Amino acid sequence: MNVIETSGLGKRYGKSWALQDCTLAVPAGQLAALVGPNGAGKSTLMNMTAGLSVPTSGTVTVLGGHRAGSPAALNGVAFVAQDAPVYKNLSAGDMLHLTRNLNQGFDTPFAQARLAELGIPLKKKAGKLSGGQQSQLALTLALARRPRLLILDEPLAALDPIARQDFLAAVMTAMADDGVSILLSSHQVAELERVADYLIVFSRAHLQVAGEVDDLLGCHRLLTGPTAEADTVASQLTVVQTRRGGAQTHLLVRTTGTDDPVPPGWESHPVSLEELVMAHLRASNGLSGPSLVQPAGPSLVQSAGPSLVHPAEQTEVNR
Amino acid sequence: MTVRTMPAQPAQDTAPPPLPWRRMAWPTWRQQRATLISVPAVLAAVSIFLLIFGLKIHHDYAALVNCPLNPGGQSGACAKLFSNFNSTDWPLGNICAILMGLAPVLIGAFAGAPLLARELENGTFRYAWTQGFGRERQAIAKLALVGATLAVLAGAFAALFAWFSQPFLYTEQMNVLTETVFDTRGLVFPAFTLVAFAIGAFLGMLFRRIIPAMAATLGVYLALRLGAWAVRGQYPVTAVTGNADLFNGYGTPRLPGFPWILNTWYTGPGGKPANQSVVSKLLDQYQSNPHPKLSLTRTLAQQGVTEWNRYIPLSRFWPMQFIEAGWLLVLALALVAATVWLVRRRAA
Repeated sequence: MNVIETSGLGKRYGKSWALQDCTLAVPAGQLAALVGPNGAGKSTLMNMTAGLSVPTSGTVTVLGGHRAGSPAALNGVAFVAQDAPVYKNLSAGDMLHLTRNLNQGFDTPFAQARLAELGIPLKKKAGKLSGGQQSQLALTLALARRPRLLILDEPLAALDPIARQDFLAAVMTAMADDGVSILLSSHQVAELERVADYLIVFSRAHLQVAGEVDDLLGCHRLLTGPTAEADTVASQLTVVQTRRGGAQTHLLVRTTGTDDPVPPGWESHPVSLEELVMAHLRASNGLSGPSLVQPAGPSLVQSAGPSLVHPAEQTEVNR
Repeated sequence: MTVRTMPAQPAQDTAPPPLPWRRMAWPTWRQQRATLISVPAVLAAVSIFLLIFGLKIHHDYAALVNCPLNPGGQSGACAKLFSNFNSTDWPLGNICAILMGLAPVLIGAFAGAPLLARELENGTFRYAWTQGFGRERQAIAKLALVGATLAVLAGAFAALFAWFSQPFLYTEQMNVLTETVFDTRGLVFPAFTLVAFAIGAFLGMLFRRIIPAMAATLGVYLALRLGAWAVRGQYPVTAVTGNADLFNGYGTPRLPGFPWILNTWYTGPGGKPANQSVVSKLLDQYQSNPHPKLSLTRTLAQQGVTEWNRYIPLSRFWPMQFIEAGWLLVLALALVAATVWLVRRRAA
């Protein structure tokens, strides 16, 4: 099952498109990381997926075909918006009670225990909590709803490094225990490397890359060799990004597998998620390299590389 | 690690049954607590004030009710009672009447405009609108609960104010159909309060800002009040046309007062239209030197001029109240529907 499916999705504010032509299928049971610079369209996609805003074009469905914002979708999707909005004049306990009233199911003992564990007093006004505590409160409320899809818009931004780790640990636990699917946006890619199963890269209102992290890493290599040969080598490969130095040149290339032959005199290294994302973001800014995603067409993403985006059936991973 | 006490939601192919409306009772109370406490508290405080001063006003009024209104026909004792009433009771009553006229829009702007605009200003709509209860139903529940509470409070307060202001109908020569009095009575006062609240909520949703919505609510409400005054004479209640003497002049008034006169014209002997200059002269004469016993109508009759009035009798008060409260209620419901439509349409 796909937890999120979009088709030709677009959102226009006034004359400018915040998101355009986005066709995407995110498999269930994974942590999907949505990355890209500010203003790339991440929040726009999340708002439409959560049912907050209405697409200008195209469609978005969640949890296996429910229209975003429909009663079934609202029931099964929990959304923590950017800056974790909570009612500042309500106490943490009131926020719990409020969320319990507004939802079909709410695990009050879990929420109370989690807040106690985090040292967030129930009597304290939400507005008096630190930014990190407000984020944790919002996450607790969302988790206690027992959603099947949890959407987190820049949840790490307000947190210090330790709190970030704790926050991600809590999210991972929910995934492991409940099989909750997560869509998490961030512009800090490095922190997501260990946790993300699925990567979605946005830039300039367009989808750039979408695929399982392992596959994406597996089919990208960093080739390092003499600059003199760079053009010849590059012409035979699918180059995403070229970093030319005086003597040596780094080519981030897409391969068909890890055992592709390496040109003589060149070294091949695996790439990190951050390098991969940065290369694609640079490429999308018109520097070089092809986009991995051709949004049109029913099979979501057709790319030169092997199975960058899996058909829905194949992606039921056993977690 | 924190233990989950509930299983994860099962996969559902169909929409879950909607959450019962009663789930919104506590959220509405908690989020609108400022309104739901302050409005009754202010009204209760003002009610105590009105009760205390109302008793004094009624006491003063009981003493002068048998005095003629015309200063020329008043004895020294009556003149003293009037002067006392006009210098102490009237200014107070006047201020209260002005505030009463503004009360619906004050309540409406302060309770209605922030109801949804605050969520949009603070960004909390991104929390509220993504909960399982659904955004439209949340808006409907809040508008209904707060609106009904305000209307009931306003209705009760209007009943008290009617008692408080009754003496001024006589001293100010008004009646229950006088525009400013009709507005504050019976069903029309709570209906105006409800409409002002709905205007506030609608404009708050439209502008997404509290302060501009409050300011605009004031303007729209005042326009609506003037509009209501303009159409009130056209309500389908039977108006009466006749040449009967409706006044006791400046003699002892006929309580509960004279009817609401829509227009007046004069005929001369034989039913022909009266000479306007003659009539004007007679009217001026009477105004500068009113007869202590004879009314204007009878003074004119002595000169062969018949006064005709088209008027709405005071007995039409309740039918007119029902008509006005009815269309105001329809307007309030239309505004609520438009507000909910905006909630559905307006996106992040």
